[in-house]
Order: sequence, then structure tokens, then C-alpha cells
Amino acid sequence: MSLRRPAKDQPETFEFSSSSLEAANSIISKYPNGKQQSAVMALLYIAQRQNNNWIPLAAMKYIAKFLDMPYIKVYEVATFYSMYNLSPVGKYFIQVCTTTPCMIRGANKLVEACKEKISEKETELSSDKNCSWMEVECLGACVNAPMMQINDDYYEDLNKEKTLEILDKILKGETPKPGSYRGRVNNEPENNRKTLMDLKNA
Amino acid sequence: MLKDKDRIFQNLYNDLGSDISSSQRRGDWVNTKEIMDKGRDWIINEIKESQLRGRGGAGFPTGLKWSFAPKEVGARPHYLVINGDESEPGTCKDRDILRFEPHKLIEGCLLASYAVQAHVCYIYIRGEYFIDGEKLQKAIDEAYEKNLIGKNAAGTGWDLDIYIHYGAGAYICGEETALLESIEGKKGQPRLKPPFPALIGLYGCPTIINNVETIAVVPTILKRGGKWFASLGRDKNTGTKIFCISGNVNTPCNVEEEMNIPLKELIEVHAGGVIGGWGNLQAVIPGGSSMPLIPKEKCETLTMDFDSLVAEKSGLGTAGVVVINKDQDIIKCMARIARFYKHESCGQCTPCREGSGWMWRMLERMARGEASKDEVDMLGDVTKQIEGHTICAFGEGSSWPVQGLLRHFKDEIKKRNKFDPIVKENKNIPYLVDQHLLDKNA
Repeated sequence: MSLRRPAKDQPETFEFSSSSLEAANSIISKYPNGKQQSAVMALLYIAQRQNNNWIPLAAMKYIAKFLDMPYIKVYEVATFYSMYNLSPVGKYFIQVCTTTPCMIRGANKLVEACKEKISEKETELSSDKNCSWMEVECLGACVNAPMMQINDDYYEDLNKEKTLEILDKILKGETPKPGSYRGRVNNEPENNRKTLMDLKNA
Repeated sequence: MLKDKDRIFQNLYNDLGSDISSSQRRGDWVNTKEIMDKGRDWIINEIKESQLRGRGGAGFPTGLKWSFAPKEVGARPHYLVINGDESEPGTCKDRDILRFEPHKLIEGCLLASYAVQAHVCYIYIRGEYFIDGEKLQKAIDEAYEKNLIGKNAAGTGWDLDIYIHYGAGAYICGEETALLESIEGKKGQPRLKPPFPALIGLYGCPTIINNVETIAVVPTILKRGGKWFASLGRDKNTGTKIFCISGNVNTPCNVEEEMNIPLKELIEVHAGGVIGGWGNLQAVIPGGSSMPLIPKEKCETLTMDFDSLVAEKSGLGTAGVVVINKDQDIIKCMARIARFYKHESCGQCTPCREGSGWMWRMLERMARGEASKDEVDMLGDVTKQIEGHTICAFGEGSSWPVQGLLRHFKDEIKKRNKFDPIVKENKNIPYLVDQHLLDKNA
């Protein structure tokens, strides 16, 4: 299990914006009548997006009322799942996969790059408060190892230099191009493809 | 090597585009209505005949699972749930289906929903695959637009709604009952079985849960016949499978191959060989991190299917092949996997919650050579205390890789951890240290 604690500084109130409200209502309609509690995970995501990438306690209370469920149930969900950020992580949140398949292909170099460019400690905000990084467990792109995720995008086939380039762009406020950084196409064996060749050349 | 015409996922590398018109050109949605007109018994029988086994790790026969759904729909509706919470280290096959072959999955959802009499299907996708989920949502919207799903789906008279539900970074939600808890808006903690989800599942209703890859191969099986699928691979281990080959190989990749393919062919032909040559191979994890590793000697002749890997005391799992060469510290590799399980344990059962941390800490010390001699056996004992003593299979998943390490690399651990905790000599001993042992020697 991982230990997760809410931030010390919490805003007093939280309310969905009109676009969030619309999104929330359309999600509730996906589930059967009376089972609106199913929408809690999606609503927490909406709150996270609206509130600069993290979920304050006020948002959990708001969602609890919104879905007519006990606050503690929302709190349980928000603290159980690791993708809900309980404290500010900045506009760019960098997650470096360091599980074995990435580790044996040099994920520690990516961690080094993050330490150099962003902050010495993980989950600590950079000096401009715009980004933070952390080590995470398998992100499910093992044949593209080593890799990292920045907000929703995957950056694959990295090495230390490429990572530093990406981080430089982010610190300048640009969004680098996601995908493979060795120029390979999706998950095919690089320059060694033996299957579906007719389609490749078509 | 499998012939290209027998590959189910023609667009695995996205040469053709994943939109509906290019999907239809390669055969998706072509004769869906004719297949469904043959009836649900025909569909289930055809799947049984194909001997398709679930692709999510456990390898349970799919046709049999579908036949567990009640024959008559009672007061409670039936549900179909697709498990796309792919998080097993070494596995990244479902992601490619979600983004490049979404229509195979959606058509499979329709056929499977019809077979188990479900009108609502939830596809559970891990939260990290948000971009890939968006691509699937686009394909779902296309299918609604063309009236392939929704009311009177594809002109068959069957109504089906498909919704995506995103996870949020919990590996345990890949366990089917934890996944149901998560859809219900709770913590992803597994339920006790029985009752099995086929009778009491989502919202207490009969629910069939299948992996993304399992459902995505269903349309092709029904179109080409169960016999065709069963003719590939070998008995009870039939068909094709997407293998993900990662780790210390020259060209890591996803590739669809026939079941029972030799591991060596997979590594040498598709993955471009081990970095440093075959002689530099140390061990292979054959089926995602939960499966015990296989040492080099056995990799020479090993074939990749459910039963031959069980015979080697390992398993095919999700077919995520992680190749580890001699440049890596094998104890460290396993310690990192143990850390993964320590992080992902849901905390419900004590043996798993505590034990996964013990295993990680012991392995970390063993990697540094700081453990004592007798701890090697103690570690084996801890794995046995976890295995079989938990609600779900996470206990096995976390202890098997450690058992695999102990089975094949015990000498390596012992060589590094020689420290003997028992004080044998009477001189220079600070007081209080193992006093009872001194007395015995006296």
C-alpha cells in the first residue's frame, strides 16, 4: 500500500464550473438510476482537471453532496487511487516509470534528469511552481521503455539527453510532442519487422 | 512463423488507420447480423469449439465462462464488463487494441453481449491510458452514428450501450471483483468468491468479465470458424496471442504469433535477439511480472503456451515477456518487482499487505548483501505465508516471482549474503548479544 495524505493548505470552498457541471451530469447518465455513486471516480477527475491538477478536500465534500453519498466514501476513493493528486503538483505533472522492464533499460537516467531539471526530491514543486515529478509503477508501455508520462501524454523510448530536452521545453511552458523519441512507429520492432510486410509497404 | 493471413490484428502497427471505414475494409462489422442470426447457442458453441482461453492472465476457457450466465434474464439485468485495466509489468497489448483496433473490440462487445444477454457493456480502462481511451470513445461514437451499436444494433434487433469507465492507477482493479467494486464507485478491494460474478456481479446482477484481447478476437473466430482458431497452436492452447517482448532485447516489440511458439524464436526473430547475444541471457519472465522467471538453460527449448509454462512451474499469464541479460543484477530486478507489489497491495488481507513489504525489504537487503544466511530460507517461508492466504490472486502474484528467484538463483543470493547472525566465539562479544547462545556453548 502507499501512504497518501492531503495537502496542509486547503481552499475553503469548491464548486464545479458550468462546463464541469455539464460533463458531470453526462457521466452520471451512463449509470443506472440510483447508482450515481459509480460516477465518483470520473467526477474526481473532473474536479482535478478544473482545480489545476489536484483535488482539495472541499472538492471531495462537494462531490459527496453532488452524488448524495457520505463524504468518507469519497475520501476513501480519492486516497485509495494513486492518480488523484491530493496536493498541488503543478501544471505539468511528470511520472517516470521505474518498474523492472523500464528499470533494466535505464529508467534511473530519467530520474536523474528530473532531479537535475525539476527538483531534488520527488513530489516537490520546481522553483517556478509549474511542475513536479515522481516515480510511478508500471505505466503499461513496456516495449517502449524507458518512458514517462506528462499529464496525459506518453513519452517513449527515452534516454537521458532526450529527457533533458523534453524537460527544458516544459520549463519554457511548451508542450513537447508525445510518442517515441527514437522515431519508431508505435510498437513495431525497430528496423526488424518481419510480419504484415504487405501492409507496411502498401 | 504464423502466416500473415492468419493474423487477427492486421492493424497492430497502425499501417491502415483505425477509423470505421478502414476497419470495415479489413473485415470488421461485415457480417455481424448473419452471425447473430445463428443464435446465442451457436455463438457459445463456436467459442467453446475454438478452445479460446481468456487472455487476461488466468487462461479460463471463454466459452465456458459465457455459459455460466443465467439462460433466462430474471428481474436483474445482465452486464458485460471488459477488463482493460492493463497494468501487469511487461504487458502492453491491450493498449494497441484500444488505439488501433477499437472496432474489433466493439464488434466483439456486441457479439458477446448478445451471447450473455447483456444490454449494457462497461469497458474499464486504466486511467493512464486516457489518450487511448479517447480513441476508443471516438470509435464508439462512430459505431453509434452508423447504428452498429445502440438501439437495434447493426440491424439485429439487439440493443446495446457501451460506456467507458476509467480507473485511476490501481493495479488491483485488474482483479475482476475489485474492478466491479471500482465501477460501483468504491475502493478497488476484491470480493470473496463465491458468489461468482456470473451470478452476482456488478450492482448484484449477473456479470461476465472478459479481457480486451479475448473479446477482440471473438468476431474473427466467429467469422472464420472455431475450427480455424483451434487449428492454430496445440490442443487446449489454441489460436494466436499478442506477445509483448520487452527488456534487454535489441528490438522490443509487440507481435501477434501462434500459441506454442518457441521462446527462442520470439526473442531471436521478432525482438532482434538478446543485447550482447544469446550467451548473455540470464533469465526470462515469460508472462508478466507475476509469473516466476525461467533461467537461461530452459529458455533454449521452451514453448510459449499455458500448459507448457505451467509444466515449468511458471505461466503464460498475459504473455508479457521480459528478457533480463547478464548485465543486470537479478536480485535487484526482483526486488523492484517486489516493490511494485508492495505499492499495489490493496491492504485488505494482512498476509499480503504486510508480507509484500517484508519481501521487498528483505530482497533489497539481499541485493546489497546485507541479509544474513538464514534469511534466505525465511524469505521462502514468507512467500508461503502469503500464497493461498488471501482473498484474491494478488497474494500468488506477489509471491511467485520471489519463489522463482529462490528456485533458480538461490546460490547467487547465498553467495552474496554470507553473514552468519549466530555468534560462535566467546571473545570480544559485547554483552547482551545472543546471551542465550553463549550459555549453550559454555
